[in-house]
Amino acid sequence: MLNNEAILSRINENYGSEVLNSEENFGILTIEIKAEKNHEIISWLNRDEVLACSFLTLLGGVHYPDDKGREFAVVYHLHSWTNNFRLRLKVFLPAENPSIRSIVDIYNGANWMERETYDFFGINFEGHPDLRRILNMDSMDYFPMRKEHVLEDATREDKDDRFFGR
Amino acid sequence: MGKIEDLEVINGEGYQLTSLDKAIGLARANSVWPLPFATSCCGIEFMATMGSMYDLSRFGMERLSFSPRQADLLIVAGTISKKLGPVLKQVYEQMSEPKWVLSVGACASSGGIFDTYSVLQGIDRIIPVDVYVPGCPPRPEQIIDGVMNIHKLVKHESSRRRYSDEYKHLLSNYDIETKEIEDAE
Repeated sequence: MLNNEAILSRINENYGSEVLNSEENFGILTIEIKAEKNHEIISWLNRDEVLACSFLTLLGGVHYPDDKGREFAVVYHLHSWTNNFRLRLKVFLPAENPSIRSIVDIYNGANWMERETYDFFGINFEGHPDLRRILNMDSMDYFPMRKEHVLEDATREDKDDRFFGR
Repeated sequence: MGKIEDLEVINGEGYQLTSLDKAIGLARANSVWPLPFATSCCGIEFMATMGSMYDLSRFGMERLSFSPRQADLLIVAGTISKKLGPVLKQVYEQMSEPKWVLSVGACASSGGIFDTYSVLQGIDRIIPVDVYVPGCPPRPEQIIDGVMNIHKLVKHESSRRRYSDEYKHLLSNYDIETKEIEDAE
């Protein structure tokens, strides 16, 4: 069985210059990679016969509004069935152009997860076959999980403040 | 059958007189076919209400109509998200007149604890509601109380109410077509 050190050294052998950062959280190796290399590295992790990350567990977004130039993170959780380990990949994107290459051609399961991440964070997945909202109403004109939106919008007329004590 | 004592009647030897409105109201109130639009925990309480312990069939309501076209009473039990709103409205529009709406629980009535971007803050923003049942979720007794209030409305409704300008105005406030009513007239 591979331990996290062995996984990291295997990745570093092949893509050492693309790995920006690495740490271990809750026993899972977390590495930050260059945004423009996400497709190449994930594709290799999937194909590589030693690591064999055959399964995409999760794909999601995070918003760090105070982190200039790295406002949006896309997080991939990969799982290797054969080696029984998990791997977390992080990619940071600037707020001006939160675009990243889609990985639907590697993992079909990424299709809806990328749509969800687009729906809530407005991250544009280039090359996605059908990038439109999945959970929210099509008529929604903002991305609700971005932190510029307060939890309860004071300007909206949905609730009468007289009755709800806001 | 029913509570004939609620109505104004004239009793004679071997006969009993009342107005047609009241007789129709009595018949309708004792054979309401509910359409349960249950989305969450209030729906579970409604299931208990339908079960043998609380037994809605005592009130002639054991026949749930899962087709809106034969339903008289829309029971909305649970959180309605904004995305589900148009679906609920379509179900309401598909019901034929006369129809009533029972809003069960805090979520259906006001959005409840879900004061958030994705949840409709009360179904009365898209369809007219007759009776609200408070609670999170309400106990079956409370749902039955709401149903009793619906029965009261049904029993005492004038048979011309659905043709009135006030009713058409109410529906037009919700952007609901009144063509069906006008055709019937």
